[in-house]
Amino acid sequence: MSQPRVLLEIPVEGNNFTTAGEAASRVKRTLQKLGIDSALIRRVSIATYEAEMNIVIHAEYGKIVLQVDAGGVTVLAEDRGKGIPDLNQAMTAGFSTASDRARAMGFGAGMGLPNIKKCTDQLEIDTQVNVGTKVVMKFTYPTTS
Amino acid sequence: MKLIAIQKLLNATILTGKELLDHLEVKMICGSDLISDVLSFTKERSLLLTGLTNPQIIRAAEMIDLCGIVFVRGKRPGDDVIRMARERKIPLLVTELPLFESCGVLYNAGLPGCSGLSLATGGDKSVAAPRPS
Ligand SMILES: Nc1ncnc2c1ncn2[C@@H]1O[C@H](COP(=O)(O)OP(=O)(O)O)[C@@H](O)[C@H]1O
Ligand SMILES: [Mg+2]
Repeated sequence: MSQPRVLLEIPVEGNNFTTAGEAASRVKRTLQKLGIDSALIRRVSIATYEAEMNIVIHAEYGKIVLQVDAGGVTVLAEDRGKGIPDLNQAMTAGFSTASDRARAMGFGAGMGLPNIKKCTDQLEIDTQVNVGTKVVMKFTYPTTS
Repeated sequence: MKLIAIQKLLNATILTGKELLDHLEVKMICGSDLISDVLSFTKERSLLLTGLTNPQIIRAAEMIDLCGIVFVRGKRPGDDVIRMARERKIPLLVTELPLFESCGVLYNAGLPGCSGLSLATGGDKSVAAPRPS
């Protein structure tokens, strides 16, 4: 196994809807430059955008980290914030505690974490109430056979 | 169907991307005001019809390479949003028609939705709509 290479580490501000989405956009452009399979880039982009928006909507601040290695792409979304008291409930389609402000912008469908689950090959979520949340999303390269 | 034909069907005003309308081929339509649904249901070559005009709709469009966005009910986004779309080469249109009517016009013209499903009464690849589980 080759050493993972950190390509990007981007800060994300909670509650800032102007810069929100910039990290996911940079992740996408970086992967495009590497010439990675476009279906894989699509999955990474959707999952990263949802995870970034969760930091913006539900946490205080955090970061998005992009890593690549021989097997695939890993995106880490880590934040300081209120954490998730009941992870099973949070993973349920339709469950949301998003603010009215976020809802008015089209968020808060409670489909972010289910979307992330669907897009990733491996998903790990570590969360602690009043401390923060760490979401590790792994995507494996398609096997060329 | 070419985006220019859709612009004519909806009698839509072009906010940006005029030069792209003749070339862009639209395969399917998504009508939604929920960003997560747009991200999860659209496939390649999709056009979005929406009432959302905030900058995040452009971010979402960029993530999934939408062919363009049609704002319904005459809703116009701000200049910042139009600028973001121009930089990303995403055409923006506005139609006076509400979401339901806009979708109806395009569905009648033969454009499918993103689900790949249709009711047993229409189309060649008809299937019964799945029941909610
Ligand atoms: N980074 C996070 N920090 C705190 N809570 C979160 C975080 N991500 C998700 N949650 C919680 O999980 C719920 C479900 O998340 P999600 O499926 O993305 O839906 P939505 O963001 O639309 O509410 C959120 O409403 C929130 O309560
Ligand atoms: Mg979310």
